[in-house]
Amino acid sequence: MVNQTAPAAGAADEVIIRMEGVHKWYGQFHVLKDINLTVRKGERIVVCGPSGSGKSTLIRCINRLEEHQRGRIFVHEVELTSDLKHIEHIRSEVGMVFQQFNLFPHLTVLENLTLAPIWVRKMPRAEAEKLARQYLERVRIPEQADKYPGQLSGGQQQRVAIARSLCMNPMAMLFDEPTSALDPEMIKEVLDVMIELARSGMTMLVVTHEMGFARTVANRVIFMDQGEIIEEAEPETFFNNPKSDRTKLFLSQILHH
Amino acid sequence: MSVATASERSGAGRSPDLPPPATTTGAIGWLRENLFSSPLNTALTLAALYLIYLVVPPVVDWALLSANFQSGTSNKDCVGDGACWTMIRARFGQFIYFRYPVEERWRVDATFLLLFGAIVWLLIERTPGKLHMALFLFVVFPPLAVWLLFGGLGLATVETALWGGLMLTLVLGTVGIVFSLPIGIVLALGRRSDMPAVRLLSMVFIEFVRAVPLITVLFMASVMLPLFLPEGMSFDKLLRAMIGIAFFGAAYMAEVVRGGLQAMGRGQYEAAMALGLNYWKMTALVILPQALRIVIPGIVNTFIGLFKDTSLVLIIGLFDLLNVSLLATRDADWAGLGSEAYAFVALVFFAFCFSMSRYSLYLERKLPSGRRK
Ligand SMILES: Nc1ncnc2c1ncn2[C@@H]1O[C@H](COP(=O)(O)OP(=O)(O)O)[C@@H](O)[C@H]1O
Ligand SMILES: [Mg+2]
Repeated sequence: MVNQTAPAAGAADEVIIRMEGVHKWYGQFHVLKDINLTVRKGERIVVCGPSGSGKSTLIRCINRLEEHQRGRIFVHEVELTSDLKHIEHIRSEVGMVFQQFNLFPHLTVLENLTLAPIWVRKMPRAEAEKLARQYLERVRIPEQADKYPGQLSGGQQQRVAIARSLCMNPMAMLFDEPTSALDPEMIKEVLDVMIELARSGMTMLVVTHEMGFARTVANRVIFMDQGEIIEEAEPETFFNNPKSDRTKLFLSQILHH
Repeated sequence: MSVATASERSGAGRSPDLPPPATTTGAIGWLRENLFSSPLNTALTLAALYLIYLVVPPVVDWALLSANFQSGTSNKDCVGDGACWTMIRARFGQFIYFRYPVEERWRVDATFLLLFGAIVWLLIERTPGKLHMALFLFVVFPPLAVWLLFGGLGLATVETALWGGLMLTLVLGTVGIVFSLPIGIVLALGRRSDMPAVRLLSMVFIEFVRAVPLITVLFMASVMLPLFLPEGMSFDKLLRAMIGIAFFGAAYMAEVVRGGLQAMGRGQYEAAMALGLNYWKMTALVILPQALRIVIPGIVNTFIGLFKDTSLVLIIGLFDLLNVSLLATRDADWAGLGSEAYAFVALVFFAFCFSMSRYSLYLERKLPSGRRK
């Protein structure tokens, strides 16, 4: 079922993220249980599930903001171990967008965008600024370049955060509930940017409860509960024909919400 | 796009702005609102005015109107009941340079002109070449200052035993301030490090130094430090005092900086790491700029305290501005002029500390508005 879903982009088989039998504990609490997940180039995967089911922990393991204790995680064939050089390399290749934006408030929008290209990629400042302005254009806020994050609306801040990640030219993007902290009228402007990003072929792993987004762009939807992947299917099947009772219950709650 | 609609909305269909009623503005409005708003407030205002009347005229009379400003050679040249600034005039060189040889004093002037010039250059907004100036101040200036003040390489050597007065106060204060902040930052980072050994060392150092008075630290620097040095090797008393003051200040600074680090949310660390910044880049570019801004008042407070504490070097036989003024009061020629000496010293300390405090306020106001959320 999963495998016959052809990814949109060309290089169909290139694996970007691979998790094999990953387990994680917070103290005694078993938060991730035997996670197996493969993300290929160009795939858009939506992860959903009840609060506390381990969705954030799962994607944060991919760039080692959280450490897993069993199993293996590969990003583009580089294994995540405690080797700091590997970790920093992987982080520079995988973008992440947070629920709370986490922009740097002491820097202007433009400086937020150029920080990593200049200091991690060693890009000349002029080139980094040119790149940053291109991405601001792409997330539709070129006029805000010289403002500070605190002067922007939530939706604008989140779009800046997306542009900040894109400036590193990542091979995949992780989103952790990017619209959950936003006022309703701003959700669409962020989702529109994400949809456009998906159309451009970006590999995306998105934790979200925006089921409209999942239907529009996802290749696969993953349902998690209590640290386990319960169901993994393409959106059509997932929404119209869920197999597990837990998925059905979750969908009925979230769609009637 | 959303911006455009927002400004349209605020522009259209509003009631016109009216000026506020006259009684709430201007001098009368201000007086009424702030000084005479209630019977209690009125009583307090009158009491304060009476206190000012009691204190200010006599002080002004003593310090200015009846004071002696003429030059002279002993207290016999002073006339009347007013202050005798004649003494300050006569001993001015002592107050500023102590026993630094008269013909070499231009070197002190040059050093501090360079220092204040560079600092003012850096502190004023919109002066060009800030980076070069900072490089000059932190790389070129220190050895230059040592050469100018101490001598060697063509300049006559002036032993540190001859240094004193305001010059010594400024040397100690500058060294204390310049070194305590970076050392304090390193200690604060160490205290939050993942490495247990680093954490323990930083913690022990901070707690130990904070738990003893500066006098004790100076004693230890002056008496105990030589014990740890190899036989026959000794180094300058002033240098030992500088080291003591810098590390003492650093321990306090570390706690101030730690307060700022603790105020930083996890999100900032995570966002920086997720972009691939390593620990040092994350700390230098994302964490410290924010953490230090939060604690500017605490940092300046520590600077001011440290600057004033330099007077304690009396205990190890160094003569800073305050101690030189004590000497003046014991001079038989100028007997009975303690008030003048202390008033002068207080004024000088006030000028330096008040400037630091005002600059700190200015810095706080200048922060980008985004920071203040
Ligand atoms: N740092 C932590 N220490 C202990 N427990 C944690 C920590 N972070 C998350 N948890 C717990 O792990 C579970 C999964 O959290 P999370 O991955 O954030 O879930 P989700 O994103 O699906 O809401 C929750 O029960 C949460 O309370
Ligand atoms: Mg979460």
